[in-house]
Amino acid sequence: MRIRFRWLFALGMTVAALYAHAAADQPVGQRAAESRHITLAAAADLHYAMDHVIAAYRHDHPTDSIDAVYGSSGQLLTQIEQGAPFELFFSADSDYPKQLVAHGDAGGQPVPYAVGRIVLWSASIDMHGVQVADLLQSRFGRIAIANPQHAPYGKRAEQALRSAGIWDQLQSRLVYGENIAQTAQFAQSGNAQVGIIAQSLALDPAMAKGSYAPVPPTVYEPLQQSFVLTKRGADNALARDFAGYMQSAAARVILARYGFTLPGAADH
Amino acid sequence: MMPLLSTQDLQAFGLTLRLAATVTAVLLLLGTPLAWWLAQTRSRWQRPVAAMIALPLVLPPTVLGFYLLLLLGPQGAVGRLIAAMGLSALPFTFGGLVVGSVLYSLPFVVQPLHNAFEAIGARPLEVAACLRASPFDRFFSVACPMALPGFITAAVLGFAHTMGEFGVVLMIGGNIPGQTRVLSMRIFDHVEAGEYSQAHTLSLCLLVFSFAALLAMSLLRPRRVERD
Repeated sequence: MRIRFRWLFALGMTVAALYAHAAADQPVGQRAAESRHITLAAAADLHYAMDHVIAAYRHDHPTDSIDAVYGSSGQLLTQIEQGAPFELFFSADSDYPKQLVAHGDAGGQPVPYAVGRIVLWSASIDMHGVQVADLLQSRFGRIAIANPQHAPYGKRAEQALRSAGIWDQLQSRLVYGENIAQTAQFAQSGNAQVGIIAQSLALDPAMAKGSYAPVPPTVYEPLQQSFVLTKRGADNALARDFAGYMQSAAARVILARYGFTLPGAADH
Repeated sequence: MMPLLSTQDLQAFGLTLRLAATVTAVLLLLGTPLAWWLAQTRSRWQRPVAAMIALPLVLPPTVLGFYLLLLLGPQGAVGRLIAAMGLSALPFTFGGLVVGSVLYSLPFVVQPLHNAFEAIGARPLEVAACLRASPFDRFFSVACPMALPGFITAAVLGFAHTMGEFGVVLMIGGNIPGQTRVLSMRIFDHVEAGEYSQAHTLSLCLLVFSFAALLAMSLLRPRRVERD
């Protein structure tokens, strides 16, 4: 019994020491200050592109730090309205930022930053030249889309399948990802033969193993993606700086590399 | 005013009950011999096996879900075996959820059974053996009735735990209506879509159910003499 107490005591002291160490670190970090920090919430289609934009920004401003949290736009909106500590909200559409403004939780007006498109992506099947209506063929097996209930890319996938007239027949073969990144992962792991995913994800080197076919914007409405400052970010200098950087040429080059056309640029 | 539960919510409810019932049945079938072995054996493998079974208590469900997705997927070892047997792949199916939930809820069934079997002690079984009861007979006529409270606890915990499962389902479920869209997923979707009243209704159902299950468990347990 005594030995057991000794162990417990040692464990307790270790935990206390670690805790004190961590706590002691904190003020130092803050003192090195002038260093600014924000957390931004971004739609999952930005997963790779935003990491690059942030890296490019930090390259020029090494003392600023920016954390990104990815999820479906609907999920992120809900979190922000419940007080999640995000200074900026990059949605995959324009509706959710408008809702944030309408509910009085925004710190500015929505700014369009990109036009998002969907593609048919597969790890195992050669997708070149495949049309949306072809998905009815059984060789395409399971088809992953993002949940249309709260993921804008899922809504667009549903739109494309409906306008191809195969939405109802396809029901039993659809699998729903919680956001467009999980949808891509379903397809990348081969668990779903085809994923209807964001072009920005299909263009990342991580997805280069597969092939994809763009979905013509005639069968769905391309996503006019907007970002908006949250109420919390309204007076935050770094949030404003980064919002400005997002509209700079440097950021736009990175976004274009991920297949995002720019708002206002002519649609092809 | 919308009805309290939409047909989709009801479907998720039914599916969740079906999943929990299936998983509990499978777990009792698998868990009983396993717990019996754990209670009886003097093998040096006893402790490692017991630790393996307890793993889901401490592992994040995402770890389990991740490995299941890889193992059961078309490139995974188990997935290829299943495909070679001419069966359809498990991820995104009800069967896949059953497999995942069985693993995830395993300790909740095996541990109460193990404890119950152990609490019997060697004596009643030795006495039965002296009365020429076969090992089979000893197990079914002596051990099982004596371990009945353990069986009740195991069944209730296994059932209730599966009802509330989320992490593994999120990883390998694919959220398919009527197949893998269970209650916890449905609540998650409602919350993400900002549909709080629907989320409230479903969450309240689960809350009441879980409380009732735990209460029923303690009421069903035959009370020992005096306390405990």
